[in-house]
Amino acid sequence: MTEKTIFELSRPNRKGIRFPAPDVPLAELPKDFLRENLPLPEVPENEVVRHFTNISQLNYSVDNGFYPLGSCTMKYNPKINEETARLPGFAHIHPLQPVETVQGALGLMYETQQWLGEISGFDAVSLQPAAGAHGELTGVLIIRAYHESRGDTKRTKMLVPDSAHGTNPASSAMSGLEIVQLASDKQGNIDLKALEAECDDTLAGIMITNPNTLGLFDENIVEACQLVHDHGGLVYGDGANMNALLGVYRPAETGIDVMHFNLHKTFSTPHGGGGPGSGPVGVTKELAEFLPSPVVAMTSEGDEQNPAFYDLLVPEKSIGRVKSFHGHFGIVVRAFTYMICLGKNGLLGVSTHAVLNANYIQARVKDVYHIPYERLCMHEFVTEAKWEDAPGIRALDISKRLIDFGFHPPTNYFPLIVHEALMIEPTETETMETLDAFADALLQIADEAKNNPDILHNAPTNAPFGRFDEVKAAKDLILRTQLPENYGS
Amino acid sequence: MKIPAELKYTKNDEWVRVEGDIAVMGITDYAQDQLSDIVFVEIVALEGDSLDQGETCAVIESVKAAADVFLPVGGEIIAINESLMDSPELVNEDPFGNAWLVKIKMSDLSQLEDLMDADTYQKLERDH
Repeated sequence: MTEKTIFELSRPNRKGIRFPAPDVPLAELPKDFLRENLPLPEVPENEVVRHFTNISQLNYSVDNGFYPLGSCTMKYNPKINEETARLPGFAHIHPLQPVETVQGALGLMYETQQWLGEISGFDAVSLQPAAGAHGELTGVLIIRAYHESRGDTKRTKMLVPDSAHGTNPASSAMSGLEIVQLASDKQGNIDLKALEAECDDTLAGIMITNPNTLGLFDENIVEACQLVHDHGGLVYGDGANMNALLGVYRPAETGIDVMHFNLHKTFSTPHGGGGPGSGPVGVTKELAEFLPSPVVAMTSEGDEQNPAFYDLLVPEKSIGRVKSFHGHFGIVVRAFTYMICLGKNGLLGVSTHAVLNANYIQARVKDVYHIPYERLCMHEFVTEAKWEDAPGIRALDISKRLIDFGFHPPTNYFPLIVHEALMIEPTETETMETLDAFADALLQIADEAKNNPDILHNAPTNAPFGRFDEVKAAKDLILRTQLPENYGS
Repeated sequence: MKIPAELKYTKNDEWVRVEGDIAVMGITDYAQDQLSDIVFVEIVALEGDSLDQGETCAVIESVKAAADVFLPVGGEIIAINESLMDSPELVNEDPFGNAWLVKIKMSDLSQLEDLMDADTYQKLERDH
């Protein structure tokens, strides 16, 4: 099943709408700004509607079905989030309005900063970063600014464990730091001996993903933070896996100095398909003065007659702006809606059920699928998709076959320390029937892998498209629509 | 898995063929199999460069992952295999032959002692 492009549907002079005659004098546009050839598609309205409806039905999302894409926390996004984000007081304001006229919006941002601080233990929060890796970059720039403000300019080394998120080394490299990878120990924790060997006076810090990409809580977290602090470094926490920890563990209390949150993962804002994301950063009070500007402050608490007053402030040694205006405000509205709807106990329930669901699937498949670091997992687990009696079967084959069962595949081939990795994160928003159906599918596929491997090699067969040629897709990039021959004539 | 007896190996899965004071190197059959279909090879070392043992000489990208390749021995780069830029699949097809990456005029022959023979490489403990 294929859908033509909108350009292939186009025929010259077909019109969807007619513009009314202008009721103001026509203004000539400067010649330099006029194009001779602008190949806009010419399609009637009903064809446009059908085209985009058909494309949307080829898509797969959390509103279609189960989406256990490890590390991405593809939980259901409650629709009430969309209602609040569309309230006129939030949707129809402009970031350049005087602060007196947008007190509600600033109050919501302030409360969100406070909630995230309470959840994580950090003293100050900026809502500016646009997504997770942007939050990392912001956090690492804060670490760099901290060392530079003390004249400690030789600290250029950032340690990144091999179980960290793949964006961590990139964020440090973008910040001008030199990256040293740390091995994990046999339990999947940070190897403290390897860490100690790298602790010297060039140490800027360490980036820790906890739970790590194996879905394991790092049992050495306290000792690792202590070691780094003892040698003058700071600890960056990658908060992308915070969905396992709400109400259970506050990262700042074990020695994390800076951390980003992924509102589009943990706090149920739209994710995939463009989001946009949002990656607020929390810091200890020692680092608050370096936060990107502006942050929202409550400058007057108010009393019975007067409401509280909120203002935008620039922290004293701010690293500057990292995003235009106030970050992705509409996303912050959605995340705040989620937090206040659930409340303190609800958020705790999110994490306990996310961890329970992951452990449930792990327990159902672990006799068939090898779990390289078998421990109680957190919100996700990693298995190795290979068997000696199923040569030629790879993680990719399992993933493609899962599509035939109506599931989105798990994350493939990450973390790199597990060969043929499948990283499975069910999230808390799934029923036991869904978890069982997914586990049943995994077990059936393992059986097929040994007894009828062609089914896997040919999968998917029950999807709008069959197996793509990934090599060709990577080598022969076509990045823009190709206009049909004789287009427009 | 092929492990030619006459070559030397690193724990990062590079191989070396010694021809006098010249070392020819590439990645092993095990490495190409782990990477799966290779779509892009960038040799970052330039002819004439003098590089130390352990420096990055190439980046190999597959449909699964991107991996750095490190120089098993230091010295002057005297040749790079430009055919891999257009035909990265050679690394999958012929890792020990046509898919050599660079040739090095070794500056310190004693660095060869850091490498493993085929027997030791074969017995290397693979974590997972």
